[in-house]
Amino acid sequence: MAAGNNVQPSRDAETALAAVRGIFRAFVTTIVPEAASLDAKGWHELEGLVNDMLRDRPASLQRQLRLLLRAVEWLPVLRFGRPFTALDAAQRTRVLSYLQNHRLQLIRTGFWGLRTLAFAGYYGRAEAAREIGYAANRRGWEAVR
Amino acid sequence: MNRCSYDVVIVGSGAGGGTVAQQLSSLCRQGARIAVLEKGPRLRDEEFTGGELEMAPALYEESGGFLTAERTMTLAFGCAYGGSTAVYTGTSLLPPERVLQRWKVPGLAFADVERRARKFMAENNVQFVEDRFINDNNRLFRQGCEKLNYRVQQFPVNLRGCRGSSLCNLGCPNQAKQGTDRVQLPRAERNGVEVITRCEVLGIGEKKVRARVSAKPGGGKGEPSPWQPGDYEIGARIIVVCAGAVNTPALLLRSGLGRQLPRLGHGFTCHPAIIMVGEHDRPITNFVGHPKSFYLDQFAESDRYLLEVCMYFPFITAKAMAGFGAGHSSFMRAFPRLQMILVLACDDVGPHNRVTIDQHGRPVVHYRFTPEVVRALVQGAVTSARIFFAAGAARAHMPVARSLTIEARDTAQLDDIEQHPDFRPGKVPVSAAHLQGGCAMGRGREDSVTDSYGRVHGIPWLYVADSSLFPASLEINPYLTIMALADRAAEAIRQQS
Repeated sequence: MAAGNNVQPSRDAETALAAVRGIFRAFVTTIVPEAASLDAKGWHELEGLVNDMLRDRPASLQRQLRLLLRAVEWLPVLRFGRPFTALDAAQRTRVLSYLQNHRLQLIRTGFWGLRTLAFAGYYGRAEAAREIGYAANRRGWEAVR
Repeated sequence: MNRCSYDVVIVGSGAGGGTVAQQLSSLCRQGARIAVLEKGPRLRDEEFTGGELEMAPALYEESGGFLTAERTMTLAFGCAYGGSTAVYTGTSLLPPERVLQRWKVPGLAFADVERRARKFMAENNVQFVEDRFINDNNRLFRQGCEKLNYRVQQFPVNLRGCRGSSLCNLGCPNQAKQGTDRVQLPRAERNGVEVITRCEVLGIGEKKVRARVSAKPGGGKGEPSPWQPGDYEIGARIIVVCAGAVNTPALLLRSGLGRQLPRLGHGFTCHPAIIMVGEHDRPITNFVGHPKSFYLDQFAESDRYLLEVCMYFPFITAKAMAGFGAGHSSFMRAFPRLQMILVLACDDVGPHNRVTIDQHGRPVVHYRFTPEVVRALVQGAVTSARIFFAAGAARAHMPVARSLTIEARDTAQLDDIEQHPDFRPGKVPVSAAHLQGGCAMGRGREDSVTDSYGRVHGIPWLYVADSSLFPASLEINPYLTIMALADRAAEAIRQQS
């Protein structure tokens, strides 16, 4: 048996991300461009994994993440005159690079936290493991020889 | 409130707690009652599936993502039957003599620690992985080091029947890794020690602990606790705290011992680490075989870093690389061609780096990267890149450089990266799993928390037996040393009993 994640996504995918879903999806597709080709089932799974990760975290942290995502959405208005979700891929990348390299550590760590959630949701899926060729197996050498 | 009493209560079941439990278990035959209180669950063998997001919440504190107060580093430590020995790779190194001499703990001789460590090497079946079972990820590290004339060494590991699943850090699905969950705890239980899982110790009072047993969450992994959920007051003639370098100081602090032990929580070190990734043009074996067979410690003294082969899972790998977007994705999509090296800094004790508690008594770890740590991580990253290229890699991910990718043809740029790195906390992903200090051994209250046997200064019924005892960084993987120190604590307790 291959060692894949068998995590059932939260049925209640309406929790932590519900109010910021559109921004989150735009953010994820900038972090992992391949996410743009996810279908509804793929997004449901991705967001379910993220919600599951957030479920046991303090409510204050969940609020901070939503606040950060809203900042990601509206910050580009100053530079591009449009919110993040209305930007093209290159512009979105510039916005996130700005946050990643920001002189304030607080901004960088906030971005890092959002980035971590995006990676968890995308690469936590068994389908993503298959796509990138990761196929660890509990049978180890027997499985490849 | 439920009430009960034991002769010895051990808090935690990892390398320290599991060892103490076994070493004291012979007392059960003479009628002694001994309990191990473990916060995490005990998983059934078939529950170790190797699924990354499935196993992390079941085996790690905060799913392996415990953040420092500055939010610039994640700390990974186990929270399960066997503690971190359930999730390490089984590396079993003797402590370096130079480090123990530098610790200058009165009454702690290197020869004594070494003798005890060797005992556990035999007991836990420590051996070298046979060459035919060493994967390409490890071979390429050895090959690269040899080309550069570095003194590469092989890790002794505690295995029995390893099938090479590569999933050690998610709990071995084949029960091959000989941690305390497979060796010391089962023996202790056979001798009469009780292990109470899902039991969190909230505080310690005069010869008693307050603990809370939790119900198994719906859909969660592991057995229910052998005790009914609820609050307990557990009397004990001796209490041994082995909850690790984060939770042991935090437990003693929330038990009100900070005033009488001014060094409590101080001296935290953790071998901050970055993961380096090199990409080859051809597939290599990396996610099959034991993940960690070789290391390089020749720069530990001079440049304060270690290199170890490592292999992680998709999410952890993605998180460990800096950046995002197409450049990041291209490395991820080359997964079967990736070689990985872990760079660990040998960090020194500093005034800022310590464990405190928040208003709810939860642990807070304060950690700032000193210039020395940053330099060590940068130099380690550059050396790793040289090893990748010497082994034939086409390009490498450089998390400490402005440009995150370096091609093999551009190795001349490595000198420039070393001189002008781009290391911004919060941008460079840093993690740590060798958590040490906070209840240091030493002379007296003014410089430490315990004596060389883990006896807390001024409290004869209270012991510490885990990596929080280390007065400074061990500069190598810590488990055998923890077991040796726990063996000393158990010996002192037996004499006291």
